[in-house]
Amino acid sequence: MHASTRRTYLSGLILAAALLVVGFLLPAWLLFTVTKAIGYGLVALGIITLMRGGLVSFGQGLVYCIGAYAAGLLATRIGVTEAPLLLLVGMVASGLVGLLVGPLIARYRGIFFAMLTVALSMVLYGILVKMNAIGGSDGFTLPEPTFFGWQPDVGTSDLALYVTAVIVACAAATACRLYYDSMAGMMALAVRENELRVEYLGSSVFNVTVRNFAIAAALGGLGGSLNAMALGHIDPLFSFWTTSGEFVFISVLAGHLSVGAVFVSALILELVRSFSNRYFPETWQMIIGIFLIATIIFLPGGVGSLFQRVLKRGPAAGRGESAENEGRAAP
Amino acid sequence: MYDVLTILVDGVVYASWLFIVALGLTLIFGVLRILNIAHGSMYAIGAYAAVTLAPLAPALGLPPVFSLLAMLIAALAVAIVLAPLMERGLLRLFYGRDEVLILLITYAVFLILEDVSKLIWGVNPYYLFEPRNLFGTVEIGDLFYVGYDLMLIALAAVCGLAVWLGLNKTKVGKIVLAVIHNPDVSACMGVNIARIYLLAFFVGVFLAALAGAFTAPLISVQPGISVSVIILSFAVVIIGGLGSIPGAAIGAVVVGIVRAAAVYELPEAEIFIVYLVMAIVLVFRPEGLFQRTQARKI
Repeated sequence: MHASTRRTYLSGLILAAALLVVGFLLPAWLLFTVTKAIGYGLVALGIITLMRGGLVSFGQGLVYCIGAYAAGLLATRIGVTEAPLLLLVGMVASGLVGLLVGPLIARYRGIFFAMLTVALSMVLYGILVKMNAIGGSDGFTLPEPTFFGWQPDVGTSDLALYVTAVIVACAAATACRLYYDSMAGMMALAVRENELRVEYLGSSVFNVTVRNFAIAAALGGLGGSLNAMALGHIDPLFSFWTTSGEFVFISVLAGHLSVGAVFVSALILELVRSFSNRYFPETWQMIIGIFLIATIIFLPGGVGSLFQRVLKRGPAAGRGESAENEGRAAP
Repeated sequence: MYDVLTILVDGVVYASWLFIVALGLTLIFGVLRILNIAHGSMYAIGAYAAVTLAPLAPALGLPPVFSLLAMLIAALAVAIVLAPLMERGLLRLFYGRDEVLILLITYAVFLILEDVSKLIWGVNPYYLFEPRNLFGTVEIGDLFYVGYDLMLIALAAVCGLAVWLGLNKTKVGKIVLAVIHNPDVSACMGVNIARIYLLAFFVGVFLAALAGAFTAPLISVQPGISVSVIILSFAVVIIGGLGSIPGAAIGAVVVGIVRAAAVYELPEAEIFIVYLVMAIVLVFRPEGLFQRTQARKI
């Protein structure tokens, strides 16, 4: 095993262990917030995967919503409440949708790609709003999830879900880091720099894009099914374009240099949301907007570039990252 | 089965104000290469400004026609305040950066303006009835239409014609076209690029606010109207081809009629039919109906 691969595994494990320990100390409201932030972060991690290839999806709500509805329908219609199974189903359902949609939109770039993803997510929104059989615009409520047959009581269910979320997030982050550093994952950076050269060198831009889109979709579905369980309720707004806007916000705030930064950014968004809901209920969108502009101006590399500055000495920080350095928040 | 004529008239009325919004959007994109998400906010603020200013005319004892003038002034005021603020104050900093990055900046502006208008006008709906009665009713086929709605079609035609003539028949317009073609060379030839950008952005914002002001009598002005308008006008310009004026017109008519047809024949599809059409157009014409494909850069 390569030294850097081992380091990635190790940091994933250490982080998971640390977060699990922290979980037992956190108050209940913060547990819920962190779990929800992890759900958001997983979706944003998908956008980061696309961003490395030079694409920004403004419609990740599509896969987020499909993941949530897949898990929700399985739980309410068939009666499966097993949390790990619901997560898996949400992820697979959205991943399949990604594989279907990916080839259709892989030839679009820039604004057209962004707008086409918005259009698809809004089509789903429109359909769900009108489908009264599954709740219409009100959505529906999920039963409490169980964990390998164990039904936690009200006090511990937040903690159980938090533990699940942390494990899922650390696994996803580790897997993404390994993928980004692999030959296949590095190809995305080359595609962003110059597609035609990549084609001339014998690789397929199309394949890279479809693969990244499918991965992003699977991550979106994972986040969707997790948040469906955390919130206990889902509605078509999961697919609305302003929801997708929040995912883009998290990705821009995080930058694409560090997978951990995504979850930090998601947590920042959730905390800002909680606090402004409490203290400035009328102006929370404004705060988010100002935050977004400030990030793009003052921290173009995102939160991840802060991590990099701290870790600058290690060989891992330089390897593979030099090409994707400062100065471009969104590709 | 509803009359084809009914669908057609409803669709064209809907298309008329949508065209005015999309015209501004496509103009800004054509000149500045910015897809302005905050364009929907300009529409909403235009509508709010109109419901604030228009009732002043009867209050001052002026004849009701003056409320139309007040709506025009409202739109102009919105553009005078917001266009320089947004273009000079913010967007200017990001010229030459990635298109998607600027898209995010305008998204942030949209979020900010959304709350600003809530702070100014509150969350309760406003209604503006009087101007809609100004033009009486017109009978088409077996149905009566409000004259004001049909006047909107004329307004849209005037706006489209004015922008087209302004671009193609005036000196300033030709300079704008030169800037669209190549900003760098234009700058070398002595064109003040900053001024042209501001002008185009101003006209774009004015058109959005104008559409907002003149549709205010048709709708209840409340938070959320910006969101639906921006997505609809995006669909229009994407269908027509970004940066193309005839494209915006065709796109608006397509969206208007498709939506009207859905309302009458297939109400379940009303919300998403527009996006479906947009997706279908993009599958067959990736750059929209009126956009020539560009050569790839090596």
